[in-house]
Amino acid sequence: MTKNAIIMFSGDFDKAMAGMIIANGAAAMGNEVTVFFTFWGLNLLRKPGKVKVKKTTMDAMFGSMMPRGPEKAKLSKMTWATGQMKKTMKRKHVQEITELMTQAQAMGVKFIACTMSMDVMGIQKEELIDGLEFAGVATYIGTADESTITLFI
Amino acid sequence: MAVKEIDARGLQCPGPIVEVFKAINALKPGDEIRIQVTDRGFLEDVKTWCRKTGNVLVSLEDGQPIKAVIRKK
Repeated sequence: MTKNAIIMFSGDFDKAMAGMIIANGAAAMGNEVTVFFTFWGLNLLRKPGKVKVKKTTMDAMFGSMMPRGPEKAKLSKMTWATGQMKKTMKRKHVQEITELMTQAQAMGVKFIACTMSMDVMGIQKEELIDGLEFAGVATYIGTADESTITLFI
Repeated sequence: MAVKEIDARGLQCPGPIVEVFKAINALKPGDEIRIQVTDRGFLEDVKTWCRKTGNVLVSLEDGQPIKAVIRKK
């Protein structure tokens, strides 16, 4: 089966949309798709609410300053227009980011959270959505090596 | 032979292709999908989708909406 590997490094709304549209499209082509969420992209996997976990002061500070989940993500350019862009997308029937992520998982797209980024950002498993796998760079390379397409977003 | 009608009018990319994929998985070989789509990209996308997945594009009609018939391999 054709494999595709996407690195979701950015946590920006527009880039997340691109990543998830590609992931859904690739899954719809019948491909086996893996998305590795690392660094800022990790924030896209966070649950929207605050989760009670033990953290150091620094980790807690980082955690509170970064967006909790895709709904909190902002455009990479014209950040002030994020709300307007979302309204326009809704009016034009573009699927919402959370829906695209749920749909991707339902279509069998594998979501992998980078454990090193989790550690650096002080994000714990309990704070992330369900259905994830946890791994590092070797897993990415292993998959990318067998993939026909690999993207860094 | 079963025919599955899909109304994907109003859906944006990748919606229509996702609908086609979901529908084809639920069908048997030889069954057909008849789909209506307003997303302009679908006109090219459906050709590539059929070529890559090996399903047969029986007919493709440009218009508003675009109409396509796909047969499961």
